[in-house]
Amino acid sequence: MLLQGNEAVAEGALRAGCRFFAGYPITPATEISEVLSVRLPQVDGTFIQMEDEIASLGAVIGASLAGVKSMTATSGPGFSLMQENLGLAIIAEVPCVIVNVMRGGPSTGLPTFPAQSDVMQARWGTHGDHPIIVLSASTVRECFDMTIRAFNLSERFRTPVIVLIDEVVGHMREKMALDDEEEIEIFNRVKPTMPPEWYIPYEDTPSGVSPMANFGEGYRYHVTGLTHDVRGFPTSRPDEIGPFISRLHRKISSHFPEIQTAEYFQTEDAEITIVAYGCVARSAKRAVIEAREKGRKVGLLKLMTIWPFMRTAVEKVLQTSKVLIVPEMNMGQISREVKRVNRGITRVVALNKVDGTIITPMEILSRIQEVVS
Amino acid sequence: MGSRYEIRLGGSGGQGIILMGIILAEAVGVYDHKFVAQTQSYGPEARGGSSKSEVIVSDEEIDYPKAMKPDLLLVMNQKSCDDFFPDLDPEGLLIVDSTFVTQVPNPRAFQIPFTRIAREKFKREMVANIVALGALSQLTPIVSSKAVEAAVLARVPRGTEKLNRDALKAGMAAAMRAKKERLKVEIPPEIPKEDLLDSY
Amino acid sequence: MAEVTKLIHKYLRHDKKFPHVWCPGCGIGIMLGALIRAIDRIGYEKDEIVLISGIGCSGRLPVYVDFNTLHTTHGRAITFATGVKLAKPSLKVIVIMGDGDAVAIGGNHFIHAARRNIDMTALILNNSIYGMTGGQSSPATPYGMRSTTTIYSNIEQSFNISELAVTAGAAFVGRGTVYHARLLDSLMEKAFLKQGFSVVEVISHCHTQFGRQNRLGTAVQMMEQQRDQAVTVEKAARMKPEELKEKIVIGVLVDKELPVYQDEYEKIRERAKEVMGR
Repeated sequence: MLLQGNEAVAEGALRAGCRFFAGYPITPATEISEVLSVRLPQVDGTFIQMEDEIASLGAVIGASLAGVKSMTATSGPGFSLMQENLGLAIIAEVPCVIVNVMRGGPSTGLPTFPAQSDVMQARWGTHGDHPIIVLSASTVRECFDMTIRAFNLSERFRTPVIVLIDEVVGHMREKMALDDEEEIEIFNRVKPTMPPEWYIPYEDTPSGVSPMANFGEGYRYHVTGLTHDVRGFPTSRPDEIGPFISRLHRKISSHFPEIQTAEYFQTEDAEITIVAYGCVARSAKRAVIEAREKGRKVGLLKLMTIWPFMRTAVEKVLQTSKVLIVPEMNMGQISREVKRVNRGITRVVALNKVDGTIITPMEILSRIQEVVS
Repeated sequence: MGSRYEIRLGGSGGQGIILMGIILAEAVGVYDHKFVAQTQSYGPEARGGSSKSEVIVSDEEIDYPKAMKPDLLLVMNQKSCDDFFPDLDPEGLLIVDSTFVTQVPNPRAFQIPFTRIAREKFKREMVANIVALGALSQLTPIVSSKAVEAAVLARVPRGTEKLNRDALKAGMAAAMRAKKERLKVEIPPEIPKEDLLDSY
Repeated sequence: MAEVTKLIHKYLRHDKKFPHVWCPGCGIGIMLGALIRAIDRIGYEKDEIVLISGIGCSGRLPVYVDFNTLHTTHGRAITFATGVKLAKPSLKVIVIMGDGDAVAIGGNHFIHAARRNIDMTALILNNSIYGMTGGQSSPATPYGMRSTTTIYSNIEQSFNISELAVTAGAAFVGRGTVYHARLLDSLMEKAFLKQGFSVVEVISHCHTQFGRQNRLGTAVQMMEQQRDQAVTVEKAARMKPEELKEKIVIGVLVDKELPVYQDEYEKIRERAKEVMGR
């Protein structure tokens, strides 16, 4: 079957068990809404078009609290509107998935043209000190897989997970088999098993993740965007606030190997390694193949988890490479992170493009040429 | 990158350029079982404006999903012809809708009036893209006409199958005629350009 | 045990969260009492109630009651309620908002929820001011009144919240005051039992902020003003518009039958499955 990236996101969501979608039309993410408006009612799920993106994420969080896996999809302007409720999902530890099909910005920007300029917004867009999980996809199949992975991680760690794709990937069509028989691992939130009177909804556990009771299942508890104690009640006690915020971070930071994935392409002996993600990773792969044909030792590190930033993966390629090239369709967002990890060990060269068109293999090749000479 | 074959389709919004790309990709990918990646670029206008769709075909997994040097360029209006012709591989194939493309940059181009055929034969300009697809399937070996027909019929709205099949056939026939013409007037390359133009 | 003690033990998180954050004399307690009595009379299970609030004094209300409680972002309570209700229609969803919450920052969500007619109840505690942040003007602050952001005078016209709900298409709209506590009980009961989007506007007083800044007296005096200003819907129907200018019309303003969203969506599911079957 020929599927669009956005359609694959929708199918992946259904496969992951998503049964609720609330959204607002926005280019270039609208196809996700359209497909789910058709598909969700077929599987006893619910699709609703809300009055804006703020409402969309609010409804998604509400549905998740009621026990239904939920998601929304948007692009830059809508993602900006979602930031406040995103923070609530983080602090109240409500699993949900937000897909941002990136377009050029700032503001209305370039609705129909691609960009990768929301990388830092995905990390720091909502206020307050918080951890976040952000995944990326560069093929139609990855749109499917990453959406499933996003649901699994969100249920596993009780946290919103963001999938960042771009207009190229979202609108691109590739062949993909939708095999119902295929073995796909699905993770569902851990529910409390103790009697309700013993249930402490935000209790610390070795993993940092507490079991989650759904509304209406006998465990009546309080959910709030205020900083709360282990019972979910607002607190202003420093001895409760500190441990709570630390736990929010620890539940992510103690599970990096589970969360982070990357692809290494010909990096073993690479003297020049390209660090890329999303559609640009495809240009980079083409550039690596062509550079290798000319005898240059070039490799590619493709980041599939954007946040938490893959320090260990970058450190690995730093050991062999003399130069890292970081091509991005922004003014340098991931390259800053790569430089931070590098700490002067080797050369890090950014390749930035913000004209609404994809970085081409030729442009990467000529940067390789410049670096070599 | 030996097996990589790049197709670019261009025209104005509303001519069905993107749908043409999707059907073509489905034909090569699903029915002819090759690797395929289809992308597009378009403006904010639903009608008018420029529209571009690209289909990359390969025997192996496709990395870069856009055309770098198209092997085939099919254009449905003058502007996209002017804009995209410089990118075309020198050995590449140019197909133009001669209803709208009157200044053809390469005399070896296939010039077929897709829109006029759609308008006169079917009283429906909207099937011009299907006529064009039919022609394309005859002019390049990259896709089989059987696959194109299957892909068209799977995509078009119910009740319009006959219209679309006929449009496809009309495109194929027009392409066959153009090919025959081409054989008749196949000219050695050393003949000056001016004379070449005369013969068309 | 006295009736009220039984209710306290049954519904309040009395051993966990008290004392509460509200000022002595605030009307919100009367509203909370009406809410609990209506729920008790109808006989809902505590597990099936979801009480959702936004931000402000009213936002703190859910924490004190033993239901499934959700304290959301400012103005957005109704959007969360929409998700909860559609995801699990068997739950009884009640939203509690203040005037700033419901018709300033959350105004758009409020009118759209009314338009959609999703089955839930919105309770709006209208005290004419932002109390928690220290007495700034809200869209319900009357023209000519003083607040900490309209020191010279409020030059904006205020929203008539109930009329707004009526116009936006709510299936049930009632208005009461915290002075008329028994009316509140019955309005809430009717609203909770209504299939569709129901609204109860509760006129209350903020003597700490609005009253003090506008020299309206103590909580008791402000409640007496509610008594004096109130006219029933029935009586108001016989009065001229100019006579109603300074009045608060109380009672059931609208009660009509409309297609309920969840029922309509069930039909969509059936159609979708038919299409899939083809």
